[in-house]
Amino acid sequence: MVEITSPAFKANARSAMADEQLQKAMGHVRHNFIDKRATAAAGLDEFEDLRDSAVAIKNHVLEYLDLYLEKYEEKVIESGGHVHWAATAADARGQILDICRKAGAKTVTKGKSMISEEIALNDSLAANGIEPVETDLGEYIIQLRGEHPSHIIAPAVHVTMDQVREDFLKHHTHLPPDRPLDEPEQLLREARAILREKFLSADVGVTGANFLVAESGTSVIVTNEGNGDLTQTLPRIHIVIASIEKIVPTLEDMSQIVRVLARSATGQDMSVYTTLSTGPRREGDPDGPDEYHVVLLDNGRSSMIGTEFQDMLRCIRCGACMNHCPVYHAIGGHAYGWVYPGPMGAVLSPSLIGVDKAGHLPNASTFCGRCESVCPMHIPLPKMMRHWREREFEKHLSPATQRGSIRGWAWVAKRPLLYRTIASLSARFLWLLGGFNRRIKSLPLASGWTRHRDMPAPEGSTFMSQWREHQASLKGDL
Amino acid sequence: MSQRDEILGRIRSAIAPNGNDTERRKNLRTHLTSNGVIPKLPKSRAGIQTRFKERAIVADATVEFSKPEAVAKNISKYLRDHNLPAIIKTGDDQRLRKLLKGSDKLLEISRGISDGNDLVGVSHAMGGVAETGTLFMTSGKANPTTLNFLPETHIVVVNENDVEANYEDLLKKLRRKFGVGKMPRVLNMITGPSRSADIEQTLILGAHGPLRLHIIIVRN
Ligand code: SF4
Repeated sequence: MVEITSPAFKANARSAMADEQLQKAMGHVRHNFIDKRATAAAGLDEFEDLRDSAVAIKNHVLEYLDLYLEKYEEKVIESGGHVHWAATAADARGQILDICRKAGAKTVTKGKSMISEEIALNDSLAANGIEPVETDLGEYIIQLRGEHPSHIIAPAVHVTMDQVREDFLKHHTHLPPDRPLDEPEQLLREARAILREKFLSADVGVTGANFLVAESGTSVIVTNEGNGDLTQTLPRIHIVIASIEKIVPTLEDMSQIVRVLARSATGQDMSVYTTLSTGPRREGDPDGPDEYHVVLLDNGRSSMIGTEFQDMLRCIRCGACMNHCPVYHAIGGHAYGWVYPGPMGAVLSPSLIGVDKAGHLPNASTFCGRCESVCPMHIPLPKMMRHWREREFEKHLSPATQRGSIRGWAWVAKRPLLYRTIASLSARFLWLLGGFNRRIKSLPLASGWTRHRDMPAPEGSTFMSQWREHQASLKGDL
Repeated sequence: MSQRDEILGRIRSAIAPNGNDTERRKNLRTHLTSNGVIPKLPKSRAGIQTRFKERAIVADATVEFSKPEAVAKNISKYLRDHNLPAIIKTGDDQRLRKLLKGSDKLLEISRGISDGNDLVGVSHAMGGVAETGTLFMTSGKANPTTLNFLPETHIVVVNENDVEANYEDLLKKLRRKFGVGKMPRVLNMITGPSRSADIEQTLILGAHGPLRLHIIIVRN
């Protein structure tokens, strides 16, 4: 199983901020993704209209999801494929294992799939004597390192080039140790050559899906490396693992969403490979798999329908929300403690693994609103994080000190005179603490905040008293 | 209860506990009602082709126009310019057969799927989309999928009449060819050669798929 460390979110975040390698690696996220998305969005006049169109499609699908799933299933079967319904992660693992066992599979190549992370497929295959081989370069790197993705579209974004070189030297022992490995290009060539062999010898290929098209029973993957295509073309069996909300009604609907996907994710106008697969090899087909299976995973999603978290099911996993998140930039993806990091993870994880385990995540937000403003699917992420905070509070899951202080604050806030007195006293106190350079280096009861940054000292009076003075001076002007 | 019924039941009770499925089915989207927002592009053939070329180049492909009778010569010139041997692998595509007929002196041609040992694959596209410089490739004996991915150099021939403005234009053609609700086993929409930015976000061309993508647009 992927170990869930979300309950230790605070400790995770602290050690992430002290991790030099990680901080170096995260520097790249801050600039790259943000600039590229902005340029791509600005380069298409219809971008905002397409966002609205994409939202409308997904909202419509969620209103008729049962019917579209039935239609999709019917079309997959018609094209010679098999559909397996999995209520839980364990069910999905079992179904995939069954298919692999029947095929006598020894190695399984894998395209990039967050769902496969969600169901912890690799561990389950390995425990049953089947070797899973990740083939996306980023996934391959972290598999060597025994890690999990720290970003949903750039899984190894937390790793530096020096670390990759060390990993390759350690694991690729059949190659001369003094070979040149100083350029990203040399590292990529080496991985390509090693994985080529794996592609050609694998018995089963597992891919995810960005879309499932109901009108034709088609699964769609969107990639850049071409590994997903080799994964699904060369082995005898192709297994698609996808969650139920990936449905779109038609190819045209898919095209609407595809237009905002890559632009929001990597800033490309279109990813290199958008591959639409429908069933197994046909009569006269010289290549392609003999068997085509789709495992449809629910794992808690159907229970989100009709709740305040339903909008989250519109997510197309583009990663824009984490690319633009100051909290994600500061701590990276692993601190979130489970499969999905960043703002989308802070909303989705509590739904999938429970607010008792992931309740801290929705607190990892400055509510700056950047995630929502760049989300191509207009998902109100900050609002939903607030819902989770409320639920956490209601369930008495937040720590006693926090609950006590909120209750205390509420008591004081309801008494205006007392509130004003305390506020002006503390404003003066903080003003004194600020000293000569107007910065507060450490604050009693808020050391968690001041450990990593100074707090600017306030002006010495409260907003209310300044407002009163301002109003009075205006009157004087008249 | 099967897992299928369990999942569908949960969804149904959340969205339409008392819904009448026959009525609800009438509201489903079909290809006739789902066109949505279509990016504006030049109207003229020439304008569309120019845009296609521009966008394909932005995606790191190379593009040339060619008369039908010059296709073989242009392929061999491209290979020479890239220090590649004049040996190509193609499928059984009739249009390609015609274009390459009588080119034995220029090119050594073998046909079939790729097993990973071919340096150069040559395919014929179903069409191209100007919006993003994207090629549509359909699977089958004429153009095996493996040729799109295994050879390090991929040369794609497309007829100028099949270069359209938007994805939707080619999807219509696809439906005409395969039928409504039907698809080829694989439709590859390809935009440029393969790439990865997984190492410190440095973009490198040539990941698991081709390192080079060269597009030849055939003028009639
Ligand atoms: S929540 Fe929005 S921005 Fe974040 S991954 Fe999902 S679709 Fe992209």
